[in-house]
Amino acid sequence: MPAVTVQHIIKTYNSKKEKVTALNDLSFNVNNGELFGIIGPDGAGKTSLFRILTTLLLADSGTATVDGFDVVKDYKEIRKRVGYMPGRFSLYPDLTVLENLNFFATIFNASVEENYDLIKDIFSQIEPFKNRKAGQLSGGMKQKLALSCALIHRPSVLFLDEPTTGVDAVSRKEFWEMLKRLKQQGITILVSTPYMDEAALCDRVALIQTGSIMSIDTPGQIVKSFGKTLWGVRSENMLHLLNDLNSFDEVDRAYPSGIYHHVIMNDGGNKELLQQYLISKYPDVEIIEIEPDIEDCFMQLMQN
Amino acid sequence: MENDFIISAEKLTKRFNEFTAVDAITFDIQKGEIFGFLGANGAGKTTAMRMLCGLSMPTSGKAKVAGFDVYKQNEEIKKNIGYMSQKFSLYEDLTVKENMQFYGGIYHMDDTFIKQKTAFILDHLHLQKEANKLVKSLPLGWKQKLAFSVAVFHEPEIVFLDEPTGGVDPVTRREFWNMIYQAAENGITIFVTTHYMDEAEYCNRVSIMVDGRIEALDTPAQLKKEHDAASMDEVFLKLARRAKRIES
Repeated sequence: MPAVTVQHIIKTYNSKKEKVTALNDLSFNVNNGELFGIIGPDGAGKTSLFRILTTLLLADSGTATVDGFDVVKDYKEIRKRVGYMPGRFSLYPDLTVLENLNFFATIFNASVEENYDLIKDIFSQIEPFKNRKAGQLSGGMKQKLALSCALIHRPSVLFLDEPTTGVDAVSRKEFWEMLKRLKQQGITILVSTPYMDEAALCDRVALIQTGSIMSIDTPGQIVKSFGKTLWGVRSENMLHLLNDLNSFDEVDRAYPSGIYHHVIMNDGGNKELLQQYLISKYPDVEIIEIEPDIEDCFMQLMQN
Repeated sequence: MENDFIISAEKLTKRFNEFTAVDAITFDIQKGEIFGFLGANGAGKTTAMRMLCGLSMPTSGKAKVAGFDVYKQNEEIKKNIGYMSQKFSLYEDLTVKENMQFYGGIYHMDDTFIKQKTAFILDHLHLQKEANKLVKSLPLGWKQKLAFSVAVFHEPEIVFLDEPTGGVDPVTRREFWNMIYQAAENGITIFVTTHYMDEAEYCNRVSIMVDGRIEALDTPAQLKKEHDAASMDEVFLKLARRAKRIES
């Protein structure tokens, strides 16, 4: 049985005036030992999904299992078996680093000693501050402590809700390296993120937008199914270049993407047409074919 | 000469007891420039920004923002800048229109100005139908675009944007940058922080802070050349990994 199964989950929130659909008929499975990414912007439904799977929120309809147990009937079993790191810092700020860790171990009937091997890699980085109150740690250290506390009872499935939001590029890379090493210990990991570039680091990803899954596959397959030639175009004046690209009849879409503007042409369009159109105004123009990334795919799926 | 710069800082420093959060940073920013202010968490960006916004008194050094001194004229600075962060910018339980009226009022804009400007922004953002809806009912992408419009409502000379695009979908992120470009073309200076390295490429110049100091400051093209890197992401990683200060 897969580590996580989700079937036709619907979740709506009702206020006086309106009804908001947070999850609109979601179905997918996560395999044992998989590093599975839920990729989508704020408001896509990531947190609602995680709260349903960790038995903290009831769906309106649909079913889901975690580690073989039903999220409604067997919620007590699930709570013993999952680790959950919410997006917001949820440890006790007035306990020390070590007290927090011991507290979480104890409520799960575990001890820090027996499971230390699992968190050693992460916890050793904050060990010098073990007697500091958790509320006085920096953002990066809070995150490492929260991850240690979520792991200390050796869960079979780990849920990480936006662990890298607001984190700088260097710390994000380090965090993903930690996840890779955790995965080698056989833990199934579900991780959500608004950073599209992190999709490439997952085994499989679900691209999610306004409560619906737009695509679910390996990052490689998602990129392969882009299905159009993507051109990278650049010159000295990028702003005017973008405006001119978007007013060219042969261009379907053009948008900035780092060093190059990414350009998708209408059917029948090719590099020569683009070159002819731009060369007189932009003698320095450079046009290359580029491999789409997950963000390109996400934007294309949003259009459909 | 000094008047050509909208922001100039010279050896600007902030110490908290023994800890030097911002260590003698020196830079000048020109009017209408899009200036990217990068650095790892804990490098000192927020402290530096707070000094430039007149919210925190420097320990030593000099800085002028929009012609005003950060020590003596911090109230004047506040009137002449706009500020927006991802975390907080709009009042969720006020309507779209009320938010604009509120900010206009805070900055002492007169009623006619507020009326005209509100109509202009509603039209520009295609928000006429939502004018009387509570901000909390808007999708995040619209909120961020509205927040930017509100931050420049009083037509400040400079707007400080603290991670304005965090968590926003890729299409809205690009629409947001379009608004930044337009504001810069209208002469508003943009001072922006971001964790998206593709956005660093869109800035006219970029500074990278490491351990409280500015380790690099130049155009993205020049920085890439200097550090023999294909992208700003690479430049950032090369520099930020030099950090010695333990984030604590």
